[in-house]
Amino acid sequence: MAKFKVNGVEHELDIEPEMPLLWAIRDELGMTGTKFGCGIASCGACTVHVNGSAVRSCVLPVSAIEGQDITTIEGLAFAVNAADAGGINDKNAPDITAVQQAWIDHQVPQCGYCQSGMIMAVSSLLASNPNPSDADIDAGITNVCRCGSYPRVRKAIHSLASA
Amino acid sequence: MKVSRRRFILSSALVGGGVLIGYSATRPSKHRLANNELAKGGEHYVTSFLKIDPDNQVTIYVPHAEMGQGVHTSLAMMAADEMDADWEKVSIEQAPATDLFANGDLIKGFAGEAGVPGFLMGLVNVSATKIAEIGNLQITGGSSSVRFTGDTAMRTAGAAARQMLIECAAQRWNVPAGECTAALSYVQHSDSGQSLTYGELASDAALLEPATEPDLKDRSQFNIMGKAISRNDIPAKVDGTAPYGLDYHSEDMLYAAIRMAPVFGSKLVSVDASAALSRRGVKRVVELEDSVAVVANSYWRAKEALKLVNAEFETSENDSISSADIAARFDAELASSNGSKDFEQGDTDDAIAGAADTIEASYRVPYLSHAPMEPMNCTVHFHDGKADLWTSTQDALGIRGRVAKIGGLDENDVTHHFSYVGGGFGRRLPFTWNVIDHATLIAKEFDVPVKTVLSREDDMQQDYYRPAVHSNFKAGFDSYGNIVAWHNRFTGPIQVAGAAFIPYDIENQSIRVVDGETHVPIAAWRSVDHSQQTFFTESFVDEIAHRTGINPYQFRMNLLQRHPRHRKVLQVAAEAAGYGQNLPEGHALGLAVQESFGSICAEVAEVSIGNDGQPIVHKVTAAIDCGWAVNPDTVEAQVESGIIFGLTAALYGEITIENGRVAQNNFPDYEMVRMADVPEIEVHIVESGEALGGLGEPATPPIAAAVTNGLYILTGQRVRNLPIRKHDFSKPASLAAI
Repeated sequence: MAKFKVNGVEHELDIEPEMPLLWAIRDELGMTGTKFGCGIASCGACTVHVNGSAVRSCVLPVSAIEGQDITTIEGLAFAVNAADAGGINDKNAPDITAVQQAWIDHQVPQCGYCQSGMIMAVSSLLASNPNPSDADIDAGITNVCRCGSYPRVRKAIHSLASA
Repeated sequence: MKVSRRRFILSSALVGGGVLIGYSATRPSKHRLANNELAKGGEHYVTSFLKIDPDNQVTIYVPHAEMGQGVHTSLAMMAADEMDADWEKVSIEQAPATDLFANGDLIKGFAGEAGVPGFLMGLVNVSATKIAEIGNLQITGGSSSVRFTGDTAMRTAGAAARQMLIECAAQRWNVPAGECTAALSYVQHSDSGQSLTYGELASDAALLEPATEPDLKDRSQFNIMGKAISRNDIPAKVDGTAPYGLDYHSEDMLYAAIRMAPVFGSKLVSVDASAALSRRGVKRVVELEDSVAVVANSYWRAKEALKLVNAEFETSENDSISSADIAARFDAELASSNGSKDFEQGDTDDAIAGAADTIEASYRVPYLSHAPMEPMNCTVHFHDGKADLWTSTQDALGIRGRVAKIGGLDENDVTHHFSYVGGGFGRRLPFTWNVIDHATLIAKEFDVPVKTVLSREDDMQQDYYRPAVHSNFKAGFDSYGNIVAWHNRFTGPIQVAGAAFIPYDIENQSIRVVDGETHVPIAAWRSVDHSQQTFFTESFVDEIAHRTGINPYQFRMNLLQRHPRHRKVLQVAAEAAGYGQNLPEGHALGLAVQESFGSICAEVAEVSIGNDGQPIVHKVTAAIDCGWAVNPDTVEAQVESGIIFGLTAALYGEITIENGRVAQNNFPDYEMVRMADVPEIEVHIVESGEALGGLGEPATPPIAAAVTNGLYILTGQRVRNLPIRKHDFSKPASLAAI
């Protein structure tokens, strides 16, 4: 049995301990916001948060996250806004986070497939480094976007830092 | 391209009020018939691009796939503006994959008047007479949506709606239509102070005969077009709810992992699957003609079990072929064949024989994979003699037909379910159907949905690749140093016409193509032949410029006297990039320009060499003349996107063939430009007011040559084969003359 929380909900799954978290999320739980891109932790499309930090879930066996708190793109707003509200589920909290809003404001996504992972990675970066330099962004955001949304990702991050 | 807008405009009353207005290049009888067949539930459904409901909501149906190019929004803007709809009351839906929404018909309409659009030639290698066979497509490609569907069908449908609504209001008020105006989904008669919403007029408007040639707006009358409108697909793409083909999920579904013959064209001989069959969750091992698949209750379980399958594939003469063999064959072909004509003008052989000086160079580019972020996938559910289909595609209708054909069903018994497309770039166009065919055959053995997924490795090794091309050049100068002859021979096949043509005023030109067929499957790759040919021609033009001693910018400008649009974009890009002004030490500017898909794009790359000897692209300044901009923010986004896509290819892209198969596996050995490599990009939109040009592709072609032309100025090293990373710039050569 694999036990872990996803977006605040406890799950107990009868799955192999070596099954990567990505496939537990997608195929076992049917939550499809987290994407499969490369399967070898190279592209970052599968990025989720484990206890608040960005992790590439496609190579992370569920045995490694036993009992931990997983946040996916579907739960990001709840996790962030709940944290801001002191852990209380504030019904007036916005449905999306400041990062997601910046993605809309800067019209960042194109095909959008990589953007769940991109947003999870950026949210994690900004949580630990609220005002990243370009070099910090280059080093911290290594996700692949085949459409080339990178210039807008960078602009959106800077807009959040200066906000 | 001058195209008559005179088509068949269709209108139909909706049950419960409202009106549907459509536009088609085919006969209305087809749609009337279909309307009768499909009239079920609450509404009529004719081929239609827009619908007005009694509550004054406008729905615009876009018959193209949204893959990030913003086409749902752009096309809806075009219809909404012409009908003077209130944008806040417009909703956008992708038209369903039924033949009522086939845009092959629309394309045929163009083909009849203006010849087959080039991108279709590339797709299917057809002649005009064969285009009838491909009418039943719903293609998104060739940077064509806005300039074909949008500029004719969507705008005309919108304008027809506006005219009908005004006429209807005028009749109701018993005033001349000329005294009525439309704005923000209302018709008004200012003299009497009366107004009605479109929704209030829609039912009566549906009874009017639509005009066949409604007046379209001048650009000065636009209220929505020309503005940076936020794309409607973006909100769902930031919260994980946007559906992609890979995201279809049901409790009872199964998943297939597949191993195809590693050498293209090879067949499966035998399989030992006993170890795989005993794995948890494995349902069946399916043997197909060229592959073996494991079907399980999770993709991961299927993929893991597939590792335990021993499969033997037949041997073939292709098993020993390597990239070096292909290169040698290309060179031999170029040495022995004069090829077939692409473009001829004057007497090039004579001009070169009599030239005071000549220059020669040989260029080559490797195969490339598309590598869209969403791995290739297809879910098919056969049930009750029908099938449901989920797959991200650039041609939903064509895919529906393909699944029907492979699955032995009638097309109308296959339903394609909408999804966004997680990257297309040509990989999801018609005739690149391997995953579709395999998924259909696998799913046919089950009565639950079966999702077949290509892993990243599978996708990289079972793609339809951008062709590897060799291109040889020779040019001749007269005794004054003027360029008088351009001689070019390259390996084919030509997938899109005119990519090797040059805009430069050179009297004698001979451009010919020789056979470049190999066993490696090929297809359109973003900008098709333009990405290779522009690297070749814009590099060699640069070589010629340096030989003459005129700077590459001025040299081009001198030879573009008959191409003012080219001159303009070059000038805008060069001036904005600071061409000819002082640059930071160790930096240089390279430039290139190319016309493709109706747009002209110039790019100036500012480059330097890093401490590791590898090039750094600091900034790219682009100027694009796409006629005019429907949605300027989308134009900029597509130019940024095209540049970065082309930069990945220029810096890193290389698929090699070893033992008949693709050697690369995944992103580490097929690297992508990531954040740290991305230059600053500045986009200038040059509005010439000419016909709309495409945008999905035209920014990709110039970037490789812009970068390598800059590197030449810096290092004196001429990059004649890609990718750039294979070149060593750590030992600086003497600076070039300029």
